[in-house]
Amino acid sequence: MTSRIWKFGDDVDTDQIVPGRYAPYMRPGEDVGQFAFVEARPDFASDARPGDVIVAGRNFGCGSSREYAVDALRRRRVGAIVARGFARIFFRNAVNLGVPLFVSDEIPAAVEDGAAVALDLERGALTSGDAVYRLPPMPDFVADIVHAGGIVAYVRAHGRFPGVSDGVLK
Amino acid sequence: MRPRTLAEQILSHAAGREVSAGELVVVEPDVVMAHDSLTPSIVEIMRTELGVEHVFDPSRVALVIDHVAPAATTGTANAQNLVRRFAAEEGIRLFDVGRGICHQVLVEEGLARPGRLVVGSDSHSTSYGAVAAFGTGMGSTDVALALATGRTWLRVPETIRVHVTGRFRPGVDAKDLALKIGRELTISGANYCAVEYHGLEWLDLPGRQTLASMAVEVGAKAGIVPPSGEVAERFDVPEWLSVDAEAPASRDVVVDLDDLDPQVALPHAVDRVVDLRHVAGTPVDVVFLGTCTNGRYEDLRAAASLLRGRRVATGVRLLVTPASSRELQRAMADGTAASLVEAGAILGPPGCGPCMGRHMGTLGDGDVCLSTGNRNFRGRMGSPEARIYLASPRVAAATALTGRITHPQEVVS
Repeated sequence: MTSRIWKFGDDVDTDQIVPGRYAPYMRPGEDVGQFAFVEARPDFASDARPGDVIVAGRNFGCGSSREYAVDALRRRRVGAIVARGFARIFFRNAVNLGVPLFVSDEIPAAVEDGAAVALDLERGALTSGDAVYRLPPMPDFVADIVHAGGIVAYVRAHGRFPGVSDGVLK
Repeated sequence: MRPRTLAEQILSHAAGREVSAGELVVVEPDVVMAHDSLTPSIVEIMRTELGVEHVFDPSRVALVIDHVAPAATTGTANAQNLVRRFAAEEGIRLFDVGRGICHQVLVEEGLARPGRLVVGSDSHSTSYGAVAAFGTGMGSTDVALALATGRTWLRVPETIRVHVTGRFRPGVDAKDLALKIGRELTISGANYCAVEYHGLEWLDLPGRQTLASMAVEVGAKAGIVPPSGEVAERFDVPEWLSVDAEAPASRDVVVDLDDLDPQVALPHAVDRVVDLRHVAGTPVDVVFLGTCTNGRYEDLRAAASLLRGRRVATGVRLLVTPASSRELQRAMADGTAASLVEAGAILGPPGCGPCMGRHMGTLGDGDVCLSTGNRNFRGRMGSPEARIYLASPRVAAATALTGRITHPQEVVS
């Protein structure tokens, strides 16, 4: 099965991505991934597959600092999130958990919800319809973390945060 | 040395060197805060994933049980017991059920104070800007790293300056100003930026807390009120912390209070703000007075001034949750709490209450709520088919009296 695009608009907030009622705190022992967009877009919750790509407008992920909003998408193995912009805490959380993020005006304007998509993160390309779109390279700081698999993996491997020389782990 | 914004000054102090907007820096928070909702995941990340057993410095950590307080389920009760065990093992100060909302408690306890960098596991950590601290929210992994290492990384933000002129008209307060700022900047207008609020030397601490709590609702990393007036009187202000008018701002916004009417945020976005008269008469089922934005004694007193000797409209549930045990006790001491209860208010324990739709007043399909909280996203307080309007405590009280969204001056006796 090919991967598909799930397209969203502007200002998708964390209460949409995972409402607080479905937090791991409220539902211990349950996989939060099953609750991704469970109320805001139930077909995502039921049908999203590993490798699918989220494409969105401005300010994706605004609202709460809840990392489980990102974790839910990571558990669903979303291939990447391509948006016109990200809210800052969501951006940090996604980078920290190693979820590839890209800022693009072109791709959200061009692609269709439900369309087949192919992602080539190595080459930095997203293919949908008949077009190949360039994924802008991540800033080095972000790329280092995402390629390590997240900030915990990075810090364990290097004993420090990226881009700085003094060690932080004892 | 070039002029620096308050954010640059505070982050320079936390970095141990002069830093400027745009730089990626490693900084040492003065305080790291975590609450009941996320502490279990934070402990798991710190101990199991990072392999670090103990926090960097327990005297710089605060744990608060506020999000589901008291516990609503076996699961939340077990999680809270885990928080208690962790606090005890590590020697960390724990503010347990009933003490109040993290953002209120940290200010009361002097943990948030002028010039400090405070990192919290909650987006409304911008609240600490009320006492001229740099308060910012982060997710579980960032907080776990901060607890394990005593450090975090930040991009030093540019600053947007809000210049306020005039004074509040009767029936208008800091919540209306905060909503107006949201209207002007929009939900993402301050993304990645710090906001500085000027022209407010006369504004009391509770009003500053209302403002700063809502900085995140325009996307800001921090929302800082300069150390002045009541804050300068009550707290020690470091000599290196002061407004430099020459420091660059990426944007200047002016708000004139002489023109400000009560504001209401419409469902389902915090920046979808209108003058109250456009929605006056909208029937409501629930009025919620509380949260880190408007749960203080001054907010309860403002509401009580309109409700004293009167009754909440039939069919309206007025939920009141004070922001802390101290604010509740202040309200009990002078009859404020009694006035609210006698009018029909349902008084809950200090904490976040129904703000996040987890307990203590969750909304059902079709419910309409007028809330003094800070967020009204679809599904925030319960059913995605409910509708949440945001407004000030006075508007909340007036609305509770009539059962419809009402201008406070219409019910002043």
